[in-house]
Amino acid sequence: MLKLYDTEVRSRLLLGTARYPSPTILAEAVRRAKAEIVTVSLRRETAGGKAGGAFFELIHALGVHVLPNTAGCHSVQEAVLTARMAREVFRTDWIKLEVIGHHDTLQPDVFGLVEAARILTGEGFQVFPYTTDDLVVAEKLVEAGCRVLMPWCAPIGSAMGPVNPMALRAFRAHFPDVPLIVDAGIGRPSHAAGVMELGYDAVLLNTAVAGAGDPAAMAEAFALAIDAGRLAHAAVPLEPRDMAVPSTPVIGKAVFS
Amino acid sequence: MTFIINGEEQEIAATTLADLLSALDYEGEWLATAVNGELVHREDRAGFTLGARDRIEILSPMQGG
Repeated sequence: MLKLYDTEVRSRLLLGTARYPSPTILAEAVRRAKAEIVTVSLRRETAGGKAGGAFFELIHALGVHVLPNTAGCHSVQEAVLTARMAREVFRTDWIKLEVIGHHDTLQPDVFGLVEAARILTGEGFQVFPYTTDDLVVAEKLVEAGCRVLMPWCAPIGSAMGPVNPMALRAFRAHFPDVPLIVDAGIGRPSHAAGVMELGYDAVLLNTAVAGAGDPAAMAEAFALAIDAGRLAHAAVPLEPRDMAVPSTPVIGKAVFS
Repeated sequence: MTFIINGEEQEIAATTLADLLSALDYEGEWLATAVNGELVHREDRAGFTLGARDRIEILSPMQGG
């Protein structure tokens, strides 16, 4: 079981809810992924409160935990207010904290992120910070009260997969007891399996599933890959070697000349 | 009175936040409200008196990653 603050879940795949071709396909993707946590957001309501309500009823019917985000917030003030409003709506202390620092890369503003995390944990929020793979920033987030860390592996929606596996490996080694979720940048199930093989606790995905030709099938593929990667990590994989090592024993080999 | 509602200037006959939501046909428990950058809890809307040109944000759930 994966313990995130006071909540235990079996699934290691956290699924975003945006960009699906239809609500029906979103629901099917969540089911086939066996996801127990989905991310949601807040936006200005323009239809008398009915559009947002319809979406939330869909999510509620799935019987999953909801992780609201502060996506699109570019300042501490915006992120903190959005988190407070999310708690009002979703009635959860969980918040996926994003403070965006760069328009093109959607790289987090890590200085603002730490400041916002400190304010929100002080108000009883359970913060899931979307951060970089910088160890020093992560230490500051833990000092600020974060009990989960969510480093990116590549820019949001880029589908590049881990661009710096060495940094992810160091991150895992540096925080052996903090649940670590790779958030952002994963494009294919093999990427997800790869970070799980490094010992990560879970993966958070959206575009890689929602943007696939068959999102529900891709959701299941990711779930299988994540389970495979986790099992492989537990089984202790071989480290790469520079030279060949024969797999067939040479003892007793016939000599013909 | 003139308010800035979700970024747009509107003239609405309302003295409290609850009046304003009702006048604009906003309904449902899935709404969150803020006035001038501060959260106003659901239970406080009826007693929250608005002033001219207050900036009001009305948010609701939507899809997110």
